[in-house]
Amino acid sequence: MNLSVELRHHFPAIDIAIEFSVPSPGVTVLFGPSGSGKSTVIAAAAGLLRPDQCRIAIGGDMLADTRAGIWLPPERRRVGLVFQDSRLFPHMSVSNNLVFGMRRTREREIDFDEIVELLGIHALLSRHPNTLSGGERQRVAIGRALLRQPQLLLMDEPLASLDTARKSEILPYLARLKTMLRLPVLYVTHSLDELAQLADSVVLIEAGSVVAAGPVAEISARADLPLARRDDAGAVLICRVAAHDATRQLTRLSCGPATLWVPQADLPEGTLLRVRVPAREVILARGEVDLLKDALSLHNVLPGTVRAIAADPDHRATLVEVALGGGSVLSRVTPDAIARLALAPGTRVSALIKSMSVEILGGARGSRPVAT
Amino acid sequence: MALRAVGFALPLAILTAWVLARSRFPGRSVLNAVVHLPLVLPPVVTGWLLLILFGVRGPIGALLHDWFGIRLVFTTAGATLACAVMVFPVMVRSVRLSLEAADLGLEQAARTLGAGRLDRLFNVTLPLASPGILVGAIVAYATCLGEFGAVITFAANIPGETQTLPLAIYAAIQVPGGEAKAAQLSLVSLTLALVGLLASEWAGRRLNAALGR
Repeated sequence: MNLSVELRHHFPAIDIAIEFSVPSPGVTVLFGPSGSGKSTVIAAAAGLLRPDQCRIAIGGDMLADTRAGIWLPPERRRVGLVFQDSRLFPHMSVSNNLVFGMRRTREREIDFDEIVELLGIHALLSRHPNTLSGGERQRVAIGRALLRQPQLLLMDEPLASLDTARKSEILPYLARLKTMLRLPVLYVTHSLDELAQLADSVVLIEAGSVVAAGPVAEISARADLPLARRDDAGAVLICRVAAHDATRQLTRLSCGPATLWVPQADLPEGTLLRVRVPAREVILARGEVDLLKDALSLHNVLPGTVRAIAADPDHRATLVEVALGGGSVLSRVTPDAIARLALAPGTRVSALIKSMSVEILGGARGSRPVAT
Repeated sequence: MALRAVGFALPLAILTAWVLARSRFPGRSVLNAVVHLPLVLPPVVTGWLLLILFGVRGPIGALLHDWFGIRLVFTTAGATLACAVMVFPVMVRSVRLSLEAADLGLEQAARTLGAGRLDRLFNVTLPLASPGILVGAIVAYATCLGEFGAVITFAANIPGETQTLPLAIYAAIQVPGGEAKAAQLSLVSLTLALVGLLASEWAGRRLNAALGR
């Protein structure tokens, strides 16, 4: 099934024409600068803003189609919305906030106790919103939106108003939620970290139109996208825990045909996980390289092919996308290195990656939500 | 009488305030002006207008009298009506201010959670505006106790029936040797006004605290 969105709207400052289609269920991250139209997509999907033209469908289910005259007001759509500023009702207890949407629908697919357990908010049920921390408030807001029994969950920068500590408190809950939900999620964020941890698909939006859309592993490794020119750019790889080597304190991950050694991870064999390889940590070598086991501290030498090369003037660097067979990595090197190695699309190279540089993304287990 | 006046006028005042705060329609400023008229008109003029409209031979008063046998002029019910009309703008203003201060974001959230227009009004908007509504009602009640011009014009000054405090004080001053009684009543009036103001302050604060503000 697919979630397809098509939207056109004229604002005095910007014309928006956004169109994408992504797999459903799954988390789709809408990524892009402020004012580029991400929140317009969310508002239109929720029904809070009626664009000049808009069509949103999940599989064959039409949520909105202005050309066919289908436009339901927000209260008659089954769409959950999590705002940046939680917007809990201050005159109600947490549990009354949670059931507000549930009481107004007959569906009972998403269970109250399950959500309370999953979000760890059992101890908060009788409290009032003004006594909660920012992170707790946001967890309750997420629960409230889900208990509305939505067909589509919208999250508009749900972590943007929280500090780093609170963010990392909530991210694991979101990652866990992701594995149990069987609905499409549109998630707006500015944070590359949230994108890497949560996204199944990414839609890059700039100045009112879609720059690129696709699976997170593909989009995060593209050299020609603005995403790659960020300081913290890096490709996301979906891997499986292949084996642990207790004596060497290493874990072997298989990412398609590629193998990555990382510091030992406390995850059972067979676990699906995401890793991120920062572009600035990837060294390129021409051709096949023999790993000098007794001369180099390095663990990972991954053979691949240069797929694309793009300039990165802000860093006085060049970005190289290397296809590894299963996924791709992104490497940020100097233009001089490109010239010395005579790199061009199609060149056989090896990507050299320190095991310590591979970021294992906490808690985000699946590439796809697993049906409950 | 004052209690009844506030009780009758309040729901209507909430409705009017809601319409004024939330809808845009042609004639909105006219409605706004009419609502506020009793505040700026000399009360005697308001009373006279009521007399014209609700008098036994007035267009509305005649209907009430012929069909239901209700006579408003020079009765307690008439005094209540005059009072309600006079305090109406006070209540509308206070309710409207708190409605406008209420967070529209919360109403949006309620919409996405499936709450329709009236559902939102009763379960989100009004509870959040309750401090303003209560303060408005208390101030209106105190104002009503002190109504003079409209009541004396429309309902006259009948002790025990249409006599408000200022009317009683006025009557006392007209009688030789009534100064002591006038002073007593004025003291009562002063106390009531002060208690009213303090009560509204306190109630507003208590409710706001309950709403977590």
